[in-house]
Amino acid sequence: MSITGSVPGTDKRGIRELGGEEKVGWDEVTQGVAINSFIGETENAAFLKPEERSYSDFNSYTATVASWRIIKPVYNRDICIDCQNCWVWCPDTSIISRDKQMLGIDYDHCKGCGVCVEVCPTNPKSLLMFNEAADNDEELAGWPEKQKKEKK
Amino acid sequence: MAKEFDLNEVEVWDGNYAASQALRQAQIDVVAAYPITPSTPIVEGYGSYVANGYIDGEFVMVESEHAAMSGCIGAAAAGGRVATATSSQGFALMAEVLYQASGMRLPIVLTVVNRALASPLNVRGDHSDMYLGRDSGWIQIDAFNAQEAYDLALCAFKIGENQSVRLPVMMHQDGFTTSHKAQNVYPLKDDVAYKFVGDYVPVDEMLDFTRPVTHGAQTEEDWHYEHKAKQHKALMDSRSVIDEVFAEFKKLTGREYKRVETYMMEDAEVALVLLGSSVESAVLAAKQLREEEGIKVGVVAPRCFRPFPYDLIREALDVPSLKAVCCMDKSAPGGAMGALFNEVSAAAYTTSSRPMITNYIYGLGGRDFAIDEAKRIMKEQKAHVDAGHITTNIQQFSGLRGPKLGFYETRRS
Repeated sequence: MSITGSVPGTDKRGIRELGGEEKVGWDEVTQGVAINSFIGETENAAFLKPEERSYSDFNSYTATVASWRIIKPVYNRDICIDCQNCWVWCPDTSIISRDKQMLGIDYDHCKGCGVCVEVCPTNPKSLLMFNEAADNDEELAGWPEKQKKEKK
Repeated sequence: MAKEFDLNEVEVWDGNYAASQALRQAQIDVVAAYPITPSTPIVEGYGSYVANGYIDGEFVMVESEHAAMSGCIGAAAAGGRVATATSSQGFALMAEVLYQASGMRLPIVLTVVNRALASPLNVRGDHSDMYLGRDSGWIQIDAFNAQEAYDLALCAFKIGENQSVRLPVMMHQDGFTTSHKAQNVYPLKDDVAYKFVGDYVPVDEMLDFTRPVTHGAQTEEDWHYEHKAKQHKALMDSRSVIDEVFAEFKKLTGREYKRVETYMMEDAEVALVLLGSSVESAVLAAKQLREEEGIKVGVVAPRCFRPFPYDLIREALDVPSLKAVCCMDKSAPGGAMGALFNEVSAAAYTTSSRPMITNYIYGLGGRDFAIDEAKRIMKEQKAHVDAGHITTNIQQFSGLRGPKLGFYETRRS
């Protein structure tokens, strides 16, 4: 399942299953299991957007590693204030943000930990966790209303 | 720039100092160390060379030997020429990380001063730590005296760093007998030694920011096996590189090393196979016994313990006159025949001479191995030859107090 194609900047992410790389013989494996992140030399990789980098087949960027996720975050653009909290806290860089605008979730790398939901400050939250099999559009249609703060 | 160290043509050095001078001349970038007896002076020496400007390098004092080898791996993966030293318990604590260094193909040099493993705790020399490293994927070279500790430490860098090898190398010497015994050593001048070792050529170094690289990856059943096979082939193929480096060293110094040293084997009827500083005692005993009793004794000493020189051991033992061989293991065998016995027997099995082979355990915890005892064992081999069969247990213990201890006999009809 890949629904990240709808999110800008995710085209090359997760284009193969983890372990789906070509299997070569002992004579062709890299010396010392050294794994190069990019094809050939790269200049200023830190200043390029991920989709502009020449990731190698052995970089997890191009592999989908989310097959063991059982719950997933769903993102509601209508409520999000682009505070970037989820982007900062995501342990797997699975929140996609460009020019400080939250674009969506990289479902090929998200493990479903729920940290993004925990740190989301809006009311209601702009990210909520649902069963992996849930339909995102249906869940967005039934998104919870704003909660009134209880007086103590 | 590092200052040049004034050296005489002949110096009086012990094995530790000789090894530390070789480390200095190879201009090691990083030594991460946790000193332990009897190898302490090697890294202590390196520290003092750094402090006094004789080397442009970094001495990293860490909290354990596990951390020492881990630090070495980090520095080597970053792209530096790296070395350290250890012994015994420290070696044992390093064991986990030794396998990482070889699997990651990082040509670190570990100067091991062989010492017994506890318990009981013991600081003296035997080969139990060296044996512990034998499946770790490192090249293991053994120096029998201080001169060899110096020479072989220089060779170790050149062997391990060869682009077709790229494997870590242990340079062993015996605790105290070699490490603390001052002998005449003929060093090379600094520039000559460095030129022999050559500039370090890094591979997949992490400090090359144009090619970001991951080291120490995890692989499961789909990749692990291929990587281990490739690593094993590099280790097996390092034999020819070791031969080449020894040949080049001989051209430079006149001092000759072989993966298997043989002494008086041309016409030998009986032979001892052993490692380390005991080799010189055995050679002396063999010479005396030839003169005194006319017994034709030879000695075979694997200079290179890993890769095990199956080829040259077989060659050394394929002498038509050879009838009985005693393999001597200076390590507690732990419920088996000694490792040297097992490996030499396997090689000898494919010879046409097929000599009788027995096993002696000796020298544990630094127990002395004297010339007279070497002669007694040689004469015992001659008795096997005269009787036409092995007249003792196959595994025996040399220099052990108490009732005679031995295991297994040859089956005879």
